[in-house]
Formats: sequence, C-alpha cells, structure tokens
Amino acid sequence: MGSNKDIELIEDGKRMDGREFDELREITIKAGVLKRADGSAYLEWGKNKIMAAVYGPREMHPRHAQETRKAVVRARYNMAAFSVPDRKRPGPDRRSIEISKLVSEALEKVVFTEKYPRSVIDVFIEVLQASAGTRCGGLTAASVALADAGIPMSDLVASCASGKIEGQVVLDLGKNEDNYGQADVPVGYIPRSDDICLLQMDGNLTEEEYEEAMDMAIEACKEIHGIQREALRERYSTELKDENEKDLAEGV
Amino acid sequence: MKEILSKITKDYLYRLVKEGKRVDGRNMFEYRDIDIKAGEIEPAEGSARVRLGDTDVYVGTKMDVGEPFPDTPESGVLTTSAELIPMASPEYESGPPGEDATELARVVDRGVREGEVVDTSELCIEEGEKVWILFIDIHVLDYDGNLFDAAGIGVMAALMDTVVPASKFDDAKKEEDYPLPIDHVVVPATFTKIKDQILLDSQLEEEKIADARLTVSLNENDEIVAMQKGLRGVFDYESTKECIKKAKDICSETREKVIEEVGRENI
Repeated sequence: MGSNKDIELIEDGKRMDGREFDELREITIKAGVLKRADGSAYLEWGKNKIMAAVYGPREMHPRHAQETRKAVVRARYNMAAFSVPDRKRPGPDRRSIEISKLVSEALEKVVFTEKYPRSVIDVFIEVLQASAGTRCGGLTAASVALADAGIPMSDLVASCASGKIEGQVVLDLGKNEDNYGQADVPVGYIPRSDDICLLQMDGNLTEEEYEEAMDMAIEACKEIHGIQREALRERYSTELKDENEKDLAEGV
Repeated sequence: MKEILSKITKDYLYRLVKEGKRVDGRNMFEYRDIDIKAGEIEPAEGSARVRLGDTDVYVGTKMDVGEPFPDTPESGVLTTSAELIPMASPEYESGPPGEDATELARVVDRGVREGEVVDTSELCIEEGEKVWILFIDIHVLDYDGNLFDAAGIGVMAALMDTVVPASKFDDAKKEEDYPLPIDHVVVPATFTKIKDQILLDSQLEEEKIADARLTVSLNENDEIVAMQKGLRGVFDYESTKECIKKAKDICSETREKVIEEVGRENI
C-alpha cells in the first residue's frame, strides 16, 4: 500500500467520495450483452467498467491440460491498454497472471465441473476502465456470465474488498483509498455454503481489524449477490415476457 | 508433466487425515525441520538457503543503482522473482515463469513490501534520479511441498544478510558498504486444508491432495501484513480466524530462528 501522509481520505466521518465507512460504490450488472459468447455480463462498479464473457464447455486445448474426470475453469483477466491513466502494456503481466489463477480457482468451486470431463470453460474478463477493485468486479461479473452461459452452478460467487484507511476499516476501497490506504482485503464469497473462495490481503491489519474487515466484506458480498441475481432475473424475465407477447400476438 | 498420486496412496493419506495423523508423524501444526543458512553465496549481496524437510530453496539478493519509479522518487526499488527449475521436480519445465512461480513470487513479495521489511527510503541516493534497486531471486532446487514458507523464510533471512555494496559504485554517495536497513521481520505461515482438517507446512503428498491453501504473513507485532488463499478449495471464515491465531505463535518461533541464524539484532 502506498503511504502518502499528505492525502486526506476521511473528513468529518465521511470518505472523500461522500460514502459511509461500510457503503459500497454503485454497482450495476447487465447479463447477456455479447452476441457471440455463450454467456456474458457487463459490470459497472463505481468508475470500473468490466466485461466478462464465457465460452464453453468446449474441447480443451492444449490436450495435455485436459482433466479426465472434469472440466477446467480457465479465467483470463486482462486490462485494456487504455483502462488506466498511464498506458498499460498489452499482454499478461505478473499481476494479471496471478489474478487469472485466483479467479479460476475461485470460480471452479461453484461450477459442476464433473459434468463436462475433458473440456474447458473459458472465462474472459476485460477491464475497460479501472478504478480499484477490478479483480472483485471481474469475479462478480464472471459469475453472472457463467450463469448466463447456462453452466450448471451451485451458486454465484460474489466478491468485494474491504480495507483500512487512516486507521479505519472501510468497505470497497476507491482509487485514492487503494493507492494511499493501509490495507486491502479482496474477498470472494459463496453465500449458499458460507465459504470463502478468494482471499488476499496486503497492508497492515491487527487480528481485530481483520475480523472487522471480513465481516464488512461478507455482508457486502451478500448485497452484491442480490444485484447479480437481479441482473439474471432482468435478462431472462424480459426474454420470457417477449416470447409470451409474441405468442399472444400470433394468437398461439 | 503432471505427477499422479496413486489411488491407494490417496486413500491412505485421506485415512490418516481423518484419524488426525500425518504421514511423517508430525502434529497438525508442527513444521518439518527448518534449516536456515545465511550467506552461503559469496557474489550475492545477501543469501540464504532454507531447507524445510526435503524442500530446498536458495534465495539471493543483488543490488544495483538505477532510476526510481516516477511515483516514488524517494524510494528504492524492490523486485522479487521466483524460478521453479526442472531440477526441482519432474513437474517443472524450463521456460519463463508460469502461474505457480508467479504466484509464489508475488505472495512472498507482498509480505516484504507490505510488511515494510526494508526501509526503502534509505535506499534513495538522489531523489528522482538515483536509487538502489534490490533484486530478490528465489531459486527452488528441491520441491517437497510448502514452497511459500521456505521461500518466505529464505527471503527474510537473505534480506537480513544483505550488505549494500556502496563501495562498488562510484555514485552511491556512501563509500563504505553497510547492512541493508531492515525495519520489520516478516515471516509467513502456510496452512493447507484437506477435507475438514487444517494443517501447517504440508509436505509434497499432503499438498497434492490439499483442497485449499492459506498463507498468513505476520510481523513482529503480530500484525497481518499479507494473506493469500490458493488452490481450488475454500475456507470458511472461522477457520481463517483460527489460522491467524495459530500463526502468531508459529511465526514468532520462525522469526526467532531467522534472527538467530542471521545474528542480526538491529531491529
């Protein structure tokens, strides 16, 4: 975490963007936004803009990466060159390799992979505009894209970070808070089984602060889970409605 | 090439875990023998070899004078890399670092960076122009499980062993070599979860059947400076708390071992 003591992150008990300590930035998710992909989701989270797409289950290449009894969930997290103030060199760097690995592992737990031996479920996450919390946004969007692709899953993974700024545990760090804060704890959560499928932490936290941060993040994940489900309901209820109306018009 | 564990071995391991036992007779939260040797590599600025049971890791540091990052003009630069060379395991292949090596390097790096182990402001030579670049390289020679702790301990020991080679550089401001300024001693403790059992320092076979892994890095004030959950399985929230509680004693023991070996009391 950066340490610039000159930057003030809390004023009069509020954060610089006016949020309460345990308040999320605004999140909107839209499911089924791409034509070619088997499933997709577009997410805006504060100033983050993230697209997730799913292809598969399909044949795994290279073949030596196949698993004989189950499908492999293979996520690729990528940041567009124009997504950050200084141009990001295209292609995977160490950070995105790590995030891709963690997101793959986090998603695999909720997918019924044993239904598709030897195949791969590709999840592509493209960060179009980045403003702190892109891995959580990416994981959240990817879950919705998987569901949109009709992949059998036990639950949607919801993800959110909490952290510490100026000694205060807060939810969902914004850009400045991420840059100048004291700790960041990204969490991936499976509400139905009450399991944590992604957990990272960097900065400095005491045991008590860790617990406070986790409590906050888990609560927020439950809220995000609601937004994810709503996105899917929106997508499919309108589709069903359209079909009904068409049927009525045709006098079926 | 991926090594496959025979079903009979797997069943045996699962049965042991169920009975609360381990292959090598250890307790669940007991390390294998930790052997730390600092300063074995002469050309390195600092070095350490850590043997954790049969896992064997070398860490070396090198320093050079270079430019700071534009957003931190007054700080030295730290970079950590890891290589999983084919010598260490039939599973490793030569070539650029894959995702496992990348994760290892980044988790260890985070402990050092976020734990503010090195006082990087002391590594500034000329603001915005010249700073010390500190390269930390992790070289795995024998992989028998739990690289995260072996590497994390090795990096801490190597850093404490590091001497800034100021005399070798004309432009280093100081003329004499001096020990790398260390502010904190951060060490990791890595737990693995097999079924519902949580254990410390898994050896190779345990690691192969592990569902999930959790690394917790603590400083000498028992503050958490880095964490990472790995593998495809999950932890419930309560067990992460339990791991942190356990890590306090475990890390303070490891920390003592490192300090004892390096024999440096300046923190």
